[in-house]
Amino acid sequence: MDNRQHPFDMPPGTDVAWCPGCGNYMLLKAVKGALEELGIDRKNLVMVSGIGQAAKAPQYMNVNMFNGLHGRALPAALGIRLSNRELVIVVESGDGDMYGEGGNHFLHAVRRNYDVTVIVHDNMVYGLTKGQASPTTQRCMKTTVQVTGVILEPFNPLAVALALDAPFVARAYAGNVEQTKSIIKEAISFRGFALVDVFQPCVVFNRLNTYQWFKENTCPMPDGHDHTDRMAAMKLATAPGKFPLGVFYRNEKRELYEDLAGISEKPLYQQEQAGEEAFQAMLEAFR
Amino acid sequence: MVFEGAAGQGVQTITAALLPILKNSGYHVFSCTEYMSRIRGGSNTTEIRITENNRRAYARHIDLLFALSPHAFEHLQERIDDNTLIFAEKERFGDHWDDRCIDTPLTTFAVEAGGQVYSNTVAAGTVLGILGVTLDRFDDYLRGQFAGKGEEVVENNIKAATLGYDFGRRLPAARSLTIPAPAFEDGQGRLLMDGTSALGIGAIAAGCNFISSYPMSPGTGLLTFLAERAKTFGIVVDQAEDEIAAVNAGLGASYAGARAVVTTSGGGFDLMQEGISLAGMIETPIVVHIGQRPGPATGLPTRTEQADLNLALHAGHGEFARAIFAPGTLEEAIETMQRAFDLAQRFQIPVIVLTDQYLIDSVSTIGAEDVKRLPFVPSIVQTDENYRRYVFTDDGLSPRGVPGYGGGIVRVDSDEHDESGLITESFEMRRRMVEKRFKRLKPLGDAALPPSVIGRHDVAEILVICWGSTRGVLEEALDIIEDNRVAGIHFSQLFPLNPATGAMLENRRLIVIENNAQGQFADLLTRETGLSISRRILKATGEPFSVEEVVEYLKEDVHG
Repeated sequence: MDNRQHPFDMPPGTDVAWCPGCGNYMLLKAVKGALEELGIDRKNLVMVSGIGQAAKAPQYMNVNMFNGLHGRALPAALGIRLSNRELVIVVESGDGDMYGEGGNHFLHAVRRNYDVTVIVHDNMVYGLTKGQASPTTQRCMKTTVQVTGVILEPFNPLAVALALDAPFVARAYAGNVEQTKSIIKEAISFRGFALVDVFQPCVVFNRLNTYQWFKENTCPMPDGHDHTDRMAAMKLATAPGKFPLGVFYRNEKRELYEDLAGISEKPLYQQEQAGEEAFQAMLEAFR
Repeated sequence: MVFEGAAGQGVQTITAALLPILKNSGYHVFSCTEYMSRIRGGSNTTEIRITENNRRAYARHIDLLFALSPHAFEHLQERIDDNTLIFAEKERFGDHWDDRCIDTPLTTFAVEAGGQVYSNTVAAGTVLGILGVTLDRFDDYLRGQFAGKGEEVVENNIKAATLGYDFGRRLPAARSLTIPAPAFEDGQGRLLMDGTSALGIGAIAAGCNFISSYPMSPGTGLLTFLAERAKTFGIVVDQAEDEIAAVNAGLGASYAGARAVVTTSGGGFDLMQEGISLAGMIETPIVVHIGQRPGPATGLPTRTEQADLNLALHAGHGEFARAIFAPGTLEEAIETMQRAFDLAQRFQIPVIVLTDQYLIDSVSTIGAEDVKRLPFVPSIVQTDENYRRYVFTDDGLSPRGVPGYGGGIVRVDSDEHDESGLITESFEMRRRMVEKRFKRLKPLGDAALPPSVIGRHDVAEILVICWGSTRGVLEEALDIIEDNRVAGIHFSQLFPLNPATGAMLENRRLIVIENNAQGQFADLLTRETGLSISRRILKATGEPFSVEEVVEYLKEDVHG
């Protein structure tokens, strides 16, 4: 076990609120590893999250953090992005936060395509509220609310993102730290909206989707998959059977919202107040 | 003068032409608008007043009515009397044609000038003829307005204006309107604008460089005002997918160092409440403009009301500091918007600017020299390695760093947090953080704008209290009743109240006038000062108070 202090590590002894054995630990390790290997300056990185156990991830990294409201990480990230194009922005939240409470923001963030990496801890259950179904819970799983089993088909985040031409769509499994790290590195390096949906077990509230289950129900990306082919990616994302892991889709051609909207390269905090001349010129129009 | 027409008939075109011409001819003008929630049809009106003393208030009585739709009589019968002159085309007016009506051949003249499309120009020309205001400025206006459409269109417009003008001039004196003499030789020194523009100018003066909003009448105007000027002033404009996104994007932007505003109406603000609470927790500045309209729910979407004070006052769960402004004039809109940004930045709190449809859509004038820019106080610090966003200080305010500026790490957290912004469940830390967040209440209160006095406070026995947009109507009503026993008090900041408020109001009979059904500000005043309110003059029909009805209320109150 590598116990050396990473630049993104919190001081030793920092209390972590996650359960022992939680998939979050592995994902945290992958994220920190990706950031370190990319040589990202932590002072220039902002981690944005909502609420939930997954959303606590930025608390356990020594980075700038906007830990906002449940479901609202993406709008906050948008505000930060449009105010400062120099920052690296990574959103980290859970499946309930991103696809349930924040579903509308998810759709419109993909539509905008601003530069942000979105890492979703997808454990297919609500953990912090003690085990109710999440949007990605598999059918028939029994919970304290869905007492006879979940009756709805799970939300398919990859298919939805692909339908809106999200320019980077990937799935990882937290149990495979190395692959997860490498996908996250690619996502952070990608210029635009990059979605990484990360499967991970909830060892307390999800007795169905265990480490074993994920091992048996995921598979490598099929040989020869062309990740510039959106329809092929869509087919993979909607195919029954095992869930492929890796990069489904990359579209280098989609224009960035910041560019389309003409957002200045200069951060807003450096912007000077409007000059008297421009101000007076504005008033002239009212004469 | 009231201009009536169906939506899409061009009433706005007529008044938009007349207002600058009248203003530049030196008149004091005021205009307000009421319209239905539809895109075509119905009956909408714009009132234009020309007054001696720069009145800025809605008057119920109509001296001159220009009626374009067949629904005018039905819609406005309460506001016209034997002395009202009604200009209309007989064949379109409907069943109520009588001696007061003057058949005005708008269509005939328009066709003569080149086509029916010119009938609005005929109407504006007619009005200038009736008022005896020279046509020169209108010609210039038309040249400016239609220059891009070719010489023929310009000439046709001028011909249409002249035909209308001559018609207006030819009317016998008894069928014309006498108006006050111009107040200025030349009105060019004054600016003509609506409430929205004043708010926008205030925001730009305050260095606003970020707006994210979801359109909702009547709050949308601020979004469009800033969008039109975004390039010049480097303002980031984002139309959000919903109001929740709008306020959260505003907070993200503010966290990153933008000076952010969001605009909405009551219903949209309902959705923003959790974000307001977040602003309180993360001590991040945000300015929210609420253009009020009657609720509950969708209510009367295009009408006016002052019923969202309680919402603004109590929005968001948990306890945190906030400030609320409510401008009543253009000057106050420009000033309070800047103060809102200033307080938000200085005290790291959410600040709400509460207006309403009546204020937003009303047009009046302001001297160019009265557009005041408040000093710009930079509020962001460069961080160092040891930076902690919520470090404890004597006044509870921690220097605000932004990510990427300096060597420190900036963490904000919606969970209760420690000085470095990390989640905590320590009761002691919680106690200290609550204390920290409330230490700013005292200086925030001391910074509050005092209410302003209308009339003679020293001799008045009765104080009539108003807030926000009701200022103009109360000013005029008090002038009309001319009684030193009664003075007015206007609040352009509603919360916190200036500490001197109680002393200013005590030992007088207090009347509160507000555009809602319950008297929300009266309740707030009692809560904050312990003083009791003798009478509440309330109106929640969706219309603003008229000068006449406030005069009636006051006379009845003073003279029994």
